[in-house]
Amino acid sequence: MTLVIDIKHRLGSFLLDARFETGSGLVTLFGRSGSGKTSIINTIAGLIRPDKGRVTINGTVLVDTARGIFLPRHRRRIGYVFQEGRLFPHLTVRQNLLYGRWFAQPAARDDLDRVVDLLGIGSMLERRPGRLSGGEKQRVAIGRALLANPRLLLMDEPLASLDEARKAEILPYIERLRDQIRVPIVYVSHSIVEVTRLASTLVLLSEGKVAAVGPTTEIMHRLDLFPLTGRAEAGAIVEATVERHDERFALTELRSRAGLWRLPRLDAPVGARLRLRVRARDVMLAKSAPTDLSALNVLPGTVADIGAREGPIVEVRLDCSGEALIARLTRYSVERLGLVAGAPVFALIKSVALDRRSLSGPMRVGSSADAEANDT
Amino acid sequence: MDWMTLSPEEWTAVRLSLKVAFVATLVSLPFAIAIAAALARGRFWGQSLLNGFVLLPLILPPVVTGYVLLILFGRQGPMGSFLADHLGIVFSFRWTGAALASGVMGFPLMVRAIRLSIEAVDTRLEEAAGTLGASRAWVFLTITLPLIVPGIIAGMILCFAKAMGEFGATITFVSNIPGETQTLPSAIYTFTQVPGGDAGALRLTFVSVVIAMLALLASELMARSANRRLDVE
Repeated sequence: MTLVIDIKHRLGSFLLDARFETGSGLVTLFGRSGSGKTSIINTIAGLIRPDKGRVTINGTVLVDTARGIFLPRHRRRIGYVFQEGRLFPHLTVRQNLLYGRWFAQPAARDDLDRVVDLLGIGSMLERRPGRLSGGEKQRVAIGRALLANPRLLLMDEPLASLDEARKAEILPYIERLRDQIRVPIVYVSHSIVEVTRLASTLVLLSEGKVAAVGPTTEIMHRLDLFPLTGRAEAGAIVEATVERHDERFALTELRSRAGLWRLPRLDAPVGARLRLRVRARDVMLAKSAPTDLSALNVLPGTVADIGAREGPIVEVRLDCSGEALIARLTRYSVERLGLVAGAPVFALIKSVALDRRSLSGPMRVGSSADAEANDT
Repeated sequence: MDWMTLSPEEWTAVRLSLKVAFVATLVSLPFAIAIAAALARGRFWGQSLLNGFVLLPLILPPVVTGYVLLILFGRQGPMGSFLADHLGIVFSFRWTGAALASGVMGFPLMVRAIRLSIEAVDTRLEEAAGTLGASRAWVFLTITLPLIVPGIIAGMILCFAKAMGEFGATITFVSNIPGETQTLPSAIYTFTQVPGGDAGALRLTFVSVVIAMLALLASELMARSANRRLDVE
């Protein structure tokens, strides 16, 4: 898929001026509230007619103000999962799911059983939406959008109105969607946890403009973008493989380019690929390899980049055999250790700092449902 | 209980009233839904003019409305002669004229009830239906219409009740002909104008009260079942 956006739109005093191009997979529009994320997907869906600009998907023009083209929303085949679900209250879950099918091409109909199975909503088909929980509603809303046979699925903060436990319940379903269904997804979020787990491509928005576009890891590792990506939750994303389980101490060992990681026992098979989010504030630096230390993860590397030296806090990016790690230190420590680009250092991370919520990958559904309230 | 027995003429008036009110309500309904939808969701020039025009019979003296109908829909009137010549529909001094008059009088009430319920429908649901492939007409038929059923029922009951009680416009437009245009109110009025008519007036008054109560009861039951279907939280 190629999605090309180039729009200018004024909403009161807010000016949206966004231009970007993305490929397939899951693309996240990331930014603070009011940065224009929802306006952009509303433009893709046809709920907003932009003042100026073009939107095309795989060469099909959805909007082109210069040529006077505006495809009405019901002819776009863009699935939309709204923040509040928006299920039809007068229809049963089954009727909600099949609503889009009345209008879809008969040949292109996705199988109801397959989608029901994928989302685990088989037991609620004959119920009405008013009796569903927030998480159940969102799963039905996702199924309803999928069954309309969309060429693109838009998701507007589908987890924002849910509590931590419900979020953890739905995230694995969205991961399955991303990995098992060929429909490309544009996902709006302001949660760094969701972005790390889900996104392959990131579009970073700030005040109606695109600040950066690229692979999620690359954008999240750029020290200069921390004011926009969120400094407090900033961290590195590490791709790792499950090496073995240590049953005696209930630990799991992960292998990444940076080295060996040990963390509390995970419910994932040996060989599984995972994404590990290592928050910058959980990383300590040492100039020499420490001994007699409780922290289990000691990874050698070199200083790659040092962020702006203002205020008390400075971020330092490390290169650990090609894997990036970010450490958040006081400016005092940076000066005291004499850190400069190229200096060899050791990164120290406590195993217990790496909780399950910082992981994503093919873990068994349900294992991550016991959400640990371990946020900030 | 002999005094409670209705005479054949009185039965005729009751039956005629029911027929007039039913026809007036059912024929007005599609127009009322269309105009209510246009007023609630449309954006067009002359919207407030249309709104005022629809509400007019509510404010004008009924005699004036009846007289305007007489001018427009009388045998010689522009609309009346057209409809008589091309469709064979004659209003003047017929029960159809009574239905037209009471329909026009009840119309604003019906439009208002339906319009309010359309405005209460969450437009975000309509947007969602649009993204699922439904055109505006389909969205209206499959989402908006089912959600406003309680409002439609309320509007129909209001219109029916107004039609049952309509007097001024009807008597001005189609007079007071027993068996043709003499509805319940006209019959009661006639009874009060003749000596010894009190018993008849009282009987018909009693019938009016019973019909009104039944209509209210029916609307209550229908609204309740519609709400249950919507599963209101």
